[in-house]
Amino acid sequence: MKEEMEELKKIAKEIRRDILLMLNVAGSGHVGGSLSCVEILVSLYFKVMNYDPRRPSDKDRDRFVLSKGHAVPALYAVLSRAGVFPRNMLWTLRKLGSPLQGHPDAKYLPGIEASTGSLAHGLSQACGMALAGKLDKNPFRVYCLVGDGEMDEGLVWEALLSASHYRLDNLCVVVDNNTLQIDGRCRDVMNIYPLEDKFKAFGLYTRSVDGHKFSELIGAFEEAKKNKGFPTVIIARTVKGKGVSFMEDKVEYHGVAPTDEELKKALEEIDEGD
Amino acid sequence: MKATRDAYGDALLELGRKYKDVVVLDADLAGSTRSLKFKEAFPDRFFDMGIAEANMVDVSAGLALCGKRPYASSFAVFITGRAFESVRQSVAYQKLPVVLCGSHGGVNVGEDGGSHQAVLDISLMRTLPNMKIVVPADYNEAYTAVLSTIKNDGPVYIRTSRAKSPVFTEGDFVFGRGKVLRKGKDVTLVACGFLVWYALEAAKLLEKEGISASLIDMATVKPIDEEMLYDFAKSTKRVVTIEEHTVLGGLGSAVAEFLGENYPVKMKRIGMPDVFGESGSCDDLLCKFGFNATGISMAVKEWLGKN
Repeated sequence: MKEEMEELKKIAKEIRRDILLMLNVAGSGHVGGSLSCVEILVSLYFKVMNYDPRRPSDKDRDRFVLSKGHAVPALYAVLSRAGVFPRNMLWTLRKLGSPLQGHPDAKYLPGIEASTGSLAHGLSQACGMALAGKLDKNPFRVYCLVGDGEMDEGLVWEALLSASHYRLDNLCVVVDNNTLQIDGRCRDVMNIYPLEDKFKAFGLYTRSVDGHKFSELIGAFEEAKKNKGFPTVIIARTVKGKGVSFMEDKVEYHGVAPTDEELKKALEEIDEGD
Repeated sequence: MKATRDAYGDALLELGRKYKDVVVLDADLAGSTRSLKFKEAFPDRFFDMGIAEANMVDVSAGLALCGKRPYASSFAVFITGRAFESVRQSVAYQKLPVVLCGSHGGVNVGEDGGSHQAVLDISLMRTLPNMKIVVPADYNEAYTAVLSTIKNDGPVYIRTSRAKSPVFTEGDFVFGRGKVLRKGKDVTLVACGFLVWYALEAAKLLEKEGISASLIDMATVKPIDEEMLYDFAKSTKRVVTIEEHTVLGGLGSAVAEFLGENYPVKMKRIGMPDVFGESGSCDDLLCKFGFNATGISMAVKEWLGKN
C-alpha cells in the first residue's frame, strides 16, 4: 500500500512536469487548473478506474469526462503516461493539425470521451453516458471532473437534478475546489457556497476530501462504488497551481503558460518537492 | 388533415420496433411533440428530462457517445434557442447522430403567440457545421423523413408543425433532394414545410391569371438540392422562396446564397420580414403574413409585374 502511494506520487510529479513542459512549448494554455487536478486524475487512471489504455474504446470501460475542459493538459499528460498515445505527441498541443486541441476533442483523440470546453456540457454528457450504462445494464462507471467556478453555470444544476432523478449511482462527480476562477475568488465573483449543502439538497451523496491526498481521494472513490441509488459528488479541496510555489493560489496563473525562466524554476521545485 | 408532429410520434414507434438502440427524450412536452406515443410503447427507452432543454440535448449527446440513437424533442423555439449552446458544443461539434425535433415551428402555432412561435430556428441550425435540416411539408413526408434519419451518421434537425394540414405527398422523401410538385415556365417557387401546400394552391391561382409556375418542395433545407435549384433557375429565370420563418438565414437565404454565386437570377423571399410572431388564430396569422394561397399568389404576381 505504501509503495503504491509512493508510485502514485512519482507519477503525479511526472504529470506536473509534463503539464509545465507542454504548456511552455505550446506558449499558451491553462496552467493553474491543470496543476490543481493532478492527484484526482492520477488516482482515477492509475488506481480507481477499470480502464485498459490499450483499448480506449472498449465498451465496458469506465469513462472519465473532463467537464472543466481547459485543464486538458493534465488529461493529455495522464493519458500519454498511461500509454494511450506516445509522449512525444504532447509537444504538439494547440498546434495546427494536432489531435491535442486546446480543449478536449473526442473526434480526433482516442481516450477523450467527450468534447468539452464550453463549461457544464461535460457533466450533462456524463449523465447521458451513465444513463446509457443503466439502460444496457453495463456496470461501467462514469467519472466527471467539474471546476468550482463552473458551478456558476445553471446547466450544472440541471444535470445534477437529472442525475439524482434517474438515480445514477454509476456517476461520480468530482469538484476541483481550488476556490479561484478567472475574475478572482469564487466567493467574490459569484458565491457558490455552501456547496455541500446544495449537493445534499439535490439528493447526492457528498464527500469532502483533500484533493491532493491519494489516500483520501481513493478512499472516497472506492466508497462511491458501493453507493446504491444515489450519484456521488466528491468535493476535492485543492490548490490552484499546486506544486509550483509562485503559481499556487494565484489567479494570475489561471490561463497563462510558463515562460522559459518560470519553467526552469518550476521544474526545480517539482523535482525537489515531496 | 394531419399534423407533421403526429408523423414524428408515429415514425418513432416504427423506429423503436426496428432498432433497439433508439431512445427518446423530451422536456415535459411529450404530449405536444407526440413523443408520448413512444413513451407508452417503450417506457424503458423514454426519458423525460423535465423543463431543461439544454440538459436534455447534452444528455442525448452522452447517450450517443455510448452507441445509442437519441431522438430529442421540444418546441422548436426551445430546442434550437434555449438549448443552442448544447446543440453547438455537444451535438454538432462532435458530429453525433442525435436527431432534434422542434415541433410547433412557425406562426401556425397560433394563439400562444410570439414567445412560442419559432421563426428563426432554421437560421440558427443552418449556421452549425455538420447539422442537416429537414422541414417536411405534410404527414407522409414527415413520416418518411423521420425514418430516414436513422441512416444518418450525424445530427439532424427536423421541424414539425402544430396545425393540421392536407396530406398531399406520396411520402417519397429522399434526403438532400427537392421534389418537383409542378412544372411551369414563368417562375419557380421554392417552398418548405407547412407552406408547401399553400404554395401549391397559390400556383393554381397563378395559373388562372396566366402565370405558369414551377413548384419545388425543398424539404431538406441543408444540404440543399443545388442541382435542382440550378436547373430551375436556368429554365424559369425567376425564383421565389416561401417559408414560415424569417427571411434572414432560412430557406430564402440558402437559395439566394447558392444562386447568387452560381446562377444569379431575380429572386424574391416570402417569409417573416425580420419580425417576431404574435397571438391570433392560425388562419388569421397566415393571412397577416401573406402565407395563405391568396397572399402568396398576389405577392408573386405583383413581383413578376415589376421584374
